[in-house]
Parts: sequence; structure tokens; C-alpha cells
Amino acid sequence: MVTRLMNWFDDRLPLTATIERHLTKYPAPINMNIWYLAGVLLVVVLVIQLASGIWLLMNYEPTAEGAFASIQYIMRDVEYGYIIRYMHTTGASAFFALIYLHMFRGMMYGSYQKPRELLWVLGWITYVLLCALGFTGYVLPWGQMSFWAAQVIMSLFGSIPYIGEDLLTWIRGDYLISGITLNRLFAFHVVLLPLALIAVVFVHILALHEVGSNNPDGVDVKKYKDEDGVPLDTKPFFPYDVMHDLYAIGVFLIFFVTIMFFYPDGGGYVIEYVNYEAADNLKTPEHIVPSWYYTPFYAMLRAVTFPLFGLSAKFLGFVVMAAGIAIFVALPWLDRSPVKSIKYKGVYSKFFLALFVVSFFVLGYLGTVTSTPGRTIAAQIFTVTYFAYFFLMPIYSKYEKCKPVPERVQLG
Amino acid sequence: MKLNLLFPSLIICLFGLSISLNINAASGAPCGNYLSEDGLVKGECDEAYVDANDKASLQRGAQIYMNYCLGCHSLKYARYKKVSEDLEIPLDMFQDNLIFGDQKMGDLIQVGMDPKEAKEWFGNTPPDLTLEAGLRGPDWIYTYLKSFYIDESRPLGVNNKVYENVGMPHVLIDMQGTPRSVCKQIPLLADNGGIKQDPLTGEQLSQEKCGFLEVDGGTGELNPKEFDQAMLDLTNFLAYMTDPMKVERESIGTYVLLYLFIFTMLSYLLYREFKKDLH
Repeated sequence: MVTRLMNWFDDRLPLTATIERHLTKYPAPINMNIWYLAGVLLVVVLVIQLASGIWLLMNYEPTAEGAFASIQYIMRDVEYGYIIRYMHTTGASAFFALIYLHMFRGMMYGSYQKPRELLWVLGWITYVLLCALGFTGYVLPWGQMSFWAAQVIMSLFGSIPYIGEDLLTWIRGDYLISGITLNRLFAFHVVLLPLALIAVVFVHILALHEVGSNNPDGVDVKKYKDEDGVPLDTKPFFPYDVMHDLYAIGVFLIFFVTIMFFYPDGGGYVIEYVNYEAADNLKTPEHIVPSWYYTPFYAMLRAVTFPLFGLSAKFLGFVVMAAGIAIFVALPWLDRSPVKSIKYKGVYSKFFLALFVVSFFVLGYLGTVTSTPGRTIAAQIFTVTYFAYFFLMPIYSKYEKCKPVPERVQLG
Repeated sequence: MKLNLLFPSLIICLFGLSISLNINAASGAPCGNYLSEDGLVKGECDEAYVDANDKASLQRGAQIYMNYCLGCHSLKYARYKKVSEDLEIPLDMFQDNLIFGDQKMGDLIQVGMDPKEAKEWFGNTPPDLTLEAGLRGPDWIYTYLKSFYIDESRPLGVNNKVYENVGMPHVLIDMQGTPRSVCKQIPLLADNGGIKQDPLTGEQLSQEKCGFLEVDGGTGELNPKEFDQAMLDLTNFLAYMTDPMKVERESIGTYVLLYLFIFTMLSYLLYREFKKDLH
């Protein structure tokens, strides 16, 4: 019966072939470690966000007059509405935490190198889409921080020479942030960006299954195959990885649920305290800070305090900030190293990667606090070291002395 | 280099750098000019031990709110009915004693005052307080409520230590009595933390410090201790207002966690079985 049903489908759709290719026979390297979990957890969070988002949408009111009250309506009057909302807010933070781990994994093990350049670029696009989703979603509750964060971020477009002011008005749809702006961000957040995200994630996974997963040793597992043509150092994704991932998802959800049910504000990082006040265009909050996941880039924006070549400091800061996000996409072409994994790269690669991580965290911290002269200098130094990792990479990765890469993967 | 050594060392680097660049400067005082009881700390709030499970405290807080605060401050995102259910106040008792005017049980908790007129009277429209405890934190509210004092230079005759020059009158003055900002002699501390002594006489030295709050004895309906408890009840009620689902949320969360622990354990055992095939 089942066989006949499958045959019926297989004649009309490559069902069995697809399942085998992507699940039951997808060869995953046996030496994958904990860093490889971020990817599957990202898919879990994507599903959480889509599901909770749809339910939020059922009760949210996208108007400047009603948005803030409708969130409180969800929190108080909708049955279990608070669970749905906290799921979505916690999910947003989890999304970024995981994608940063996922990106760092790629940087550590050289997962962007040939033949995975396109895979990396697609991943980078999902990151940019996620940033856009995070920003647009952040504005929707229409609290004080929503409003003023939108004000600050959108005003950056106004700093572009010549066309800035007109561009800004065009983007806002108004002369200031208003209900019209809210409506368009709403449309982006619930239709355009999620659609694009799902599409790109889908292609990202397709591309992954075409080139195969990298591994902590950065060796090509397809080099040695058994008589059936299955790479020796791999295991089928189902059941081995699925069982492993199920366990990992359980552990992840324990953390997730703990935040969601017991610390939904996340100490002001998941939901900002200032956002407990409805948007008021006449009252500027004392400190305007973005969500924690943008703070490294916000610190870069503020680090540029001097005009140059007739361009305003604000515009240059905007350029530096955008470059901080954009530069990741160039990694496959900046890395000239003959080896992939940091395990076998030379000491300079290790040093600069460590420097990058330190810079990212320090900038992240600096982005959450008010600026003082000392902090501005710190932000400038770490912005330089952040970019040093990327811009010096063609040099240090080419000339450093690497360790010999083993033929097969190493276990234990 | 072992990668698992990389991260501890990175974190150590991070701390070192942040200290050397002095980027961890202390943040501003959350409670304005409020002096601690011993006069040593300025701007730190008193801690409000709020407890969402203490229904008696929440009921007393609701009573104070409805009688003293609701004249000006709405709770416009919350409904009477839910408050009565959550606080376990019987519907008819709630309706008779805590709802004023012709509002219905299912209504949002609004004020009758016209916002425009209110702005004329107080200089600012009194804010809605549904989410105040989320915005300011319970400690701030608790300390603020206790920090009014007589100041004839202000239009309403009172000022507040936590929120300097606030436009709000001291609504609870009958309850508290007349609070004044006074000066006191406090012991002068030596560098080692002990009390400084006169090197010749051995007498303990003291200094005058101003800004302490003191209530004129016998002027209030409540003694200072009772008043503090009443303000704690009110704070507790506002904390409940911001997060009315806390009790339910944490109870559901406990069950969800319990389920997840079992799920994770079973999935681990399953994973362990499959893992045996691999090596």
C-alpha cells in the first residue's frame, strides 16, 4: 500500500529521490561538533518565529493609534497571547544569537572557501534579511524605543549627500516617522521579508546539500568513498544526525523556555524597558540604544566622529556601519589560505580571528552604553581591529605557515 | 592551539581591555537625590520586595490605587474584571467598593478627567500607570512614593527627592503625615570604614548632612512602618499591573520545563543507542 502510494508520487514528483538526497542518504561528516548545531537550531527558530508571528498577526493592529494598545491587548486579553508574544520576542534574540554562532563556525572552519562560496553568500543574505526583519519588527510595538530607534536608523539615510533628505522622506512616506512609516514597515515585516527569508534559506540548504557540509578539519570527505560511492567519513543524516539534533533541540528549548517563561524581559535585552511607554514624538528617551544584536554596528556608527573629504561624520559612520555588515560577504575572496580550518591555519590567522571576536564583543558592549570620550576612543580602536581581520586577511592568510592537513578526518 | 582554550583566554582579554580603557563607568543614580537611611548613599532606590503571590498585599494595593490614584492616573490597558479575578476579590464586592461612576466590569480602567484640563492643572497630563513598573522598575516606584516632602517654593507646596520638581501633589499626605527634608548629624567615617575620632579627646566625630526625610510625629493616619507597608502594597499592585500573567506564566513554564527535561532525556538515550553503530 505504502509502496504503491510512493510509486504513484514518484511517477509525478521526485519524492523518494528528494527524501534520500536531503534526509536519509545525505552524507554528513562524522567529525561534526557542537558548532554545527546552530544551523539546525536556526531552522527551529525560523519555524517558531513564523508560527508565533502568524498568531500575533491575528490580534495586532498596524496603526499609530492602535499598535501599542493592541500589544497590551495581546498580553492581557488574548488567551495565552503573552506566551505567543514572548515566544516571538525571545525567538528574535535567539535567532541572532544562533546566526552569530553559525557565522563564527563558518569563519573558524573556513566553511566559506571553495566550493562553498555561494553557500556563504546565501547565508550572508539571510543575515542581512534577518537584520531587516529585526529592525522592522522592533518598530511594530510602537513603544518609545521602537519609535526613536526607527527615527535614528532611518535618519541615517538622510545623511547621504545631495539626495539624502528627499530619500529619507521617500522612505518614511512622511516628513517624520508616522503611522504611514509604521504601515510600510509592517508590510515588509510580515510579507516581503519573511517570504524572501524562507526562499533564501531554502536555496541555502539546497546549495549546502550540493557541495556537502564542511567539517572541523576542513578536509574533503568526498575524497575517499566505499564501493557504493558513499564517502567513508560520513554518516547518513537520518537517523544519526536527526537523533543527535533532536537531543540538541531539547537542550536548546530548555534554555529558550526558561527565558520565555521566567525572564521574558531578558534583563532589558530581549524587551527594552523604555518600550513600556507608548511612542511619543515630543519626548526623546535619555538613551537611545538598539537591540543587543545590532550594538557592535551601532558602536561603529558612533565611533566615526570626524568629517572627511567634505562628507559628514554621520554619513561616514553610516558607511562604516554598513561596511561592517557587508564585509562578511567578501570572506571567500579575502582568504588566500591553502587550508580551511583554523586548526591547521597559522598563528596569524588565529590571532586575527581572536582579535575579531574580542572587537565584536567590545563593540557590542560599547553600543549598549552612553558614549564618553574614553569609550569613543575604545570604539575607534576596536572598529579598526574589527576591519583588520578582514582587510589584512589576503596578506596574513597567504604568507603564514600552516600545519599539514590530514588526509582523513580526525576523531576525538 | 586548542580551540577550547581560545575562548576562556578571549574572555580574560576582554575584561582586561575593558578595565584598562575604563569603559565600565558607573551609570547614573536611578533614584535622583534620595538619601539612604544612613546618609551614605545618594540616588540608590530602596528595594521593593514585590510578591505576585501575596494576594492580600495586592488587594490592599488595589484599594489604595482605586481610592487615591485613579482620580488622575488611568490603567487603560487593563480591565476591572481581570483585576477582580486575579486578585480574588468577589465581583459584587469589587463593583460596590472599587469601581466609581458608571463603568462596567468589562471596561478598561479609565479616568474621568479631561487630559487637556489635567495638563493645565499639573503642567503635564498624569501618565497612565499600567506599565509604569516595567518602565521604571518597582524599586523606583516604591522609593518615589516615600520621597515627597514639603517645599513651599513649588506650586503645589511639595517636592520629591526621587523625581525633582515633579508636578504631582502629595496625594497620600493624610496617610503619611507631613514629611520634611531635614539635616542630621551623621558619624564621620574614616578611610578604614570605622568612625573617625578626634585624635586628642577620642570623641567620635560627626558631620551635618541634609536631605533626610522625616515625618512630623502624629500628623499621619499611619505610622512610618505602616506607611512603608502601604506603599509596598501599592507598588506590588503596580508590578502586578505591568505583568498580570506572571503567576500563570511561571506555573505553565514549570510544566513545560518538566516536559522538556523528560523529552531531552529520552532523546539523549535514543541518540546514545544510535551512536553505538558509528564507532
